[in-house]
Amino acid sequence: MHASARPAVSVNIPPTTVNAPTRDAQAALTMRMTVSKVNFFYGSKQTLFDINMGIATNKVTALIGPSGCGKSTLLRTLNRMHETVRHARLEGEIQLDGQNILTQDVTAHRRRVGMVFQRPNPFPKSIFDNVAYGLRINGSKLPVAEAVEKSLRHAALWDEVKDHLHKSAYELSGGQQQRLCIARALAVEPEVLLLDEPCSALDPISTAKIEELLVQLKDLCTISIVTHNMQQAARVSDFTAFLLTGQLIEFSPTPQLFTTPGDPRTEAYITGRFG
Amino acid sequence: MSARLRWRKFVSGFMLTMTGVCALVSVSVLFFILGYLVYHGGTSISWNFFTKLPTPVGETGGGMANAILGSGKLLLLATLFGVPIGFFGAIYLAEFSGSTTAFIVRYAADLLNGVPSIVIGIFAYALAVLPFKHFSTLAGGFALGLMMIPITLRSTEEFLRGVPNALREAAMALGASKWKTIASVIVPAAYRGILTAIMLAFARVAGETAPLLFTAFGNRFWSSGWNQPSASLPVMIYTYAIAPYEDWHRQAWAAGLVLLGLILVINIVARGILSRGIAVPRA
Repeated sequence: MHASARPAVSVNIPPTTVNAPTRDAQAALTMRMTVSKVNFFYGSKQTLFDINMGIATNKVTALIGPSGCGKSTLLRTLNRMHETVRHARLEGEIQLDGQNILTQDVTAHRRRVGMVFQRPNPFPKSIFDNVAYGLRINGSKLPVAEAVEKSLRHAALWDEVKDHLHKSAYELSGGQQQRLCIARALAVEPEVLLLDEPCSALDPISTAKIEELLVQLKDLCTISIVTHNMQQAARVSDFTAFLLTGQLIEFSPTPQLFTTPGDPRTEAYITGRFG
Repeated sequence: MSARLRWRKFVSGFMLTMTGVCALVSVSVLFFILGYLVYHGGTSISWNFFTKLPTPVGETGGGMANAILGSGKLLLLATLFGVPIGFFGAIYLAEFSGSTTAFIVRYAADLLNGVPSIVIGIFAYALAVLPFKHFSTLAGGFALGLMMIPITLRSTEEFLRGVPNALREAAMALGASKWKTIASVIVPAAYRGILTAIMLAFARVAGETAPLLFTAFGNRFWSSGWNQPSASLPVMIYTYAIAPYEDWHRQAWAAGLVLLGLILVINIVARGILSRGIAVPRA
């Protein structure tokens, strides 16, 4: 692997948040993605300020913070979805496996970094065609039916839909639709899966299923999740980044961030004093 | 019951009756026209009407086969010319253009939509008839096609804009290019609406007479080619209705009935196509 693909996580953590006891443990990690000196602007309004962090390989990294703190914006820059918005501008560098993603072909990059959105957004097609979509548009040589089954199994949806793959995706419940969207994203075998508040439109049971799923999916790909639910971040993630007004306040292993936060603002947020 | 309450109940009842009557009137106009056409033209509809050429004055029988075929050819040309331009223009407006460009194009399309059809006819005459020194089916199709552009463009754009942005994001996040997203997700999600828009444009120009008077002109016989004048149902209705012959009047009614039937059939077929496939639920 490229040398720069495996920097120690501590390199990317702002000085205020590095906690000595865990530095050794983190040094063994490899970073699938690194974000360096990222500033982000909508028009003249800056929404991210000098963000430095990493997304560890085969781990779940959670982004938390109050509404409008820039966590979704940060997540969207990771697969360059911010480019679909007019007047959006990014400064700094984001690397995937040591290569600057901003100089890559955008469609090829998005194939490697998949995304699941806040509200389930299946296409107005059948369940099968939804999952097969990514394979078909990318001209994949894989046998489609097998890949669809594999993805649906990974998304823990296969048993529920195997008998009506050709029904409309809209006939599924909200939770099933969201798992279908996860299956759709997994079908192209991305290296990184980004989830933008994937459970915010779901009931607690569907939420639990998706959380369970995320923990299992770690072996398959690297995951980063935006959530406004701190318990969710604590349950599913290995690392947590806390953002406030566009700044990365703290980035630590999850147990540590929630038990011994290194910054008073983090503590204030996780104990519910604001946000 | 107080006087005030009685008055309010009266007003409520009055308004309910009035809106109901107005709704009834708007529906009955269609059925009245249909009934009138059937009454006057129904007797002249026969197998001959669809297969025979018009007969000279004084001879009974004969049909309008040439006008039916002519209208078909004209509408085919108009659709082939107007629909793609309107459709792709709408894709540009809805998916690519900035708001200023979109505003200007939309405004121009609305103006074009408001141009009287006779003016469209003169324009087509100057552009597609005068240079070639003869009337032609192509010129007629061109004139009708011009009229289809703004209708197709505006309604297609509306339906494309109605597709939730979440679907665009979903496709792009899977590595679909902009064009792939449009072709494989956006247009399929909006196709029912788009097809309805095309149907509306089609029905609108199917009955147009003015632009055809000096483009496709008219023809008592089979048109000898795309480059030659052609008969059409609306022009035939016009010619026959103002003629002083009882028999021709009946034929004009029958032609009206056929024209209406044609539009109705196409509408029903289109609705049949629409009912298949998966609709995007409204948020």
